[in-house]
Amino acid sequence: MNSTPPIARTRQQILPQRRAAFSPSHWIGRVLIYLTLASIAFVILIPFAWTISTALKTPRQALMYPPEWIPDPVVWQNFITAWTSKPFDVFYRNSLFIAALSIIGQILSCSLVAYGFARLRFPGRDILFLVVLSTLMIPFQVLIIPRFVLFKTLGWLNTLLPLIVPNFFGGAFNIFLLRQYFMTIPTELDDAAKIDGCGHWDIFWRIILPLSKPALGAVMVFEFLDSWDDFLGPLIYISSEKYYTVALGLNAFRNDYFMEWNLFMAAAAVAMALPLVIFFIAQKYFIGGIALTGSGGLKQ
Amino acid sequence: MLGQLTRGQVTNAPRRFGVRISEALTGYLFISPWIIGFTIFTLGPFVASLALSFMEWNLIKAPEFIGLDNYIALFNDPLFWQSLKVTTVYALGRVPLGIIVGLAAALLLNQKVKLVGLWRVVYYMPVVLPPIAVSLLWMWIFNPDYGILNGILWLFGIRGPAWLQDEATVLPSLMMMAVWGMMGRYMIVYLSGLQSIAQELYEAANIDGANAVQKFFKITIPMMTPIIFFNLVMGMMDSFKLFTQAFVMTGGGPRYASLFYVYYLYQHAFQRFHMGYASAMAWVFFLIIMAFTVLVFRSSKAWVYYEGTVAKGR
Repeated sequence: MNSTPPIARTRQQILPQRRAAFSPSHWIGRVLIYLTLASIAFVILIPFAWTISTALKTPRQALMYPPEWIPDPVVWQNFITAWTSKPFDVFYRNSLFIAALSIIGQILSCSLVAYGFARLRFPGRDILFLVVLSTLMIPFQVLIIPRFVLFKTLGWLNTLLPLIVPNFFGGAFNIFLLRQYFMTIPTELDDAAKIDGCGHWDIFWRIILPLSKPALGAVMVFEFLDSWDDFLGPLIYISSEKYYTVALGLNAFRNDYFMEWNLFMAAAAVAMALPLVIFFIAQKYFIGGIALTGSGGLKQ
Repeated sequence: MLGQLTRGQVTNAPRRFGVRISEALTGYLFISPWIIGFTIFTLGPFVASLALSFMEWNLIKAPEFIGLDNYIALFNDPLFWQSLKVTTVYALGRVPLGIIVGLAAALLLNQKVKLVGLWRVVYYMPVVLPPIAVSLLWMWIFNPDYGILNGILWLFGIRGPAWLQDEATVLPSLMMMAVWGMMGRYMIVYLSGLQSIAQELYEAANIDGANAVQKFFKITIPMMTPIIFFNLVMGMMDSFKLFTQAFVMTGGGPRYASLFYVYYLYQHAFQRFHMGYASAMAWVFFLIIMAFTVLVFRSSKAWVYYEGTVAKGR
């Protein structure tokens, strides 16, 4: 593009553009695109609106046929009732605690492992990395029974440990994501550091990690979601209410308040709120991380 | 590579050997968290689960070796076949649906539209929600009497079906919900792929007088095959792993019409404590996933186009 002489470029580019801008078919096309985009957005947002609408209704209005959209009267109390009818403050604290430690564990372990795979040469490295990738293909569900037995033997059942400790030993997806990112950092920086007498630990800690903030951010947000959204894990490992996560609490709520849809939706909104807030704050990491693993994904 | 080779040649042999050993040791040290974790939390359980599948064990009495009995019982269990059927039908519906809808949304957003960021955020929102909350929400949407879906159909004078409570509509309902939930993720992956297609290809096609349809099928689709492939594999895995929706929304019903495989496995393992039988189920599940993966990878050679695999590949 840049090598084209300026004059040739203006003729080539401006002419078709001007023609396009004035043609009616172009405008119809644009309008259709925006209409489609807006209707998809509308369909996506309806369930959200329906959650909020139901959460603010009286039980009687929630069970109206045909359904009504505008709550009348608006019952803010539903949120307080839902929050206090089960100890959701405890559930929130548990979920946050698990998520925070899982993130720390994954960041520490996966970045170390990814550095090893990206920057160091040792016998069997490529085969071991293939093993990492192939564990992506082993569904967690295949392993739940022996893991359950393992944690039972260790006496970890009905504690938060089974949900936290494995994260300190690396996750295949995050190792893969970080390794891909580390490989894009020029090795000239390492060489310069080596000349200055830096070892691998220094290169890792002072060069690679500071340069990998986008990838580390992606790992953080993905790990938060994994941990916050997990349902099968807590369901199997945890039995006392004081260790419930938000997901488990919501499930218990469902069993105790059957058919009280207004309270249900208030509780569901409470569980959705934090992931949504984190997504709005950190969206560039989500989108960057997905693009990084998706498009580079299986090109190995 | 070339630079390192020269450096290696310059340094004297014994020192190079020492450096190599120390680099290898450092390497193993760096990856040691994974090696430990893999052995304890993946490889060990993997082998243990194979061993357990030949035993009868209810967690209380000592495990008893029963040979292939679990597998024989499994293949004679009509509900096992039902759960396989349900999971396969669901995957066959949901995976192509997700790929097409996601690609369509990405193509729209790739048309130099304004506010790309806003559209992207809205489309992606459902992806971040906890499955349990989404399941509750959609149970309420699908509610035949008071749900908003039949409420909207009512506006058009249509009496909606019973959705989750009808054998015929339960799987399509779950597919619909999955598309709502996953479209955003597929879309982001496709969008990044679309944006990395070299514009020169389209310019060259313009010069040759290609129309939009030709450009789409001869450039866009071939260039996107690796990403379609990636989404195919991911979508398949997601379909096979479905658990929360079956557990929360349908309980496998009505009349086993949504008895998903992992949910059936869970019932055996953690409600009836048939640990051996459930381990056999887990292994069959693993073999099916492997078979599918190999199949998809094999067939991918025929239809996936990797640009400059040789030139680019690190």
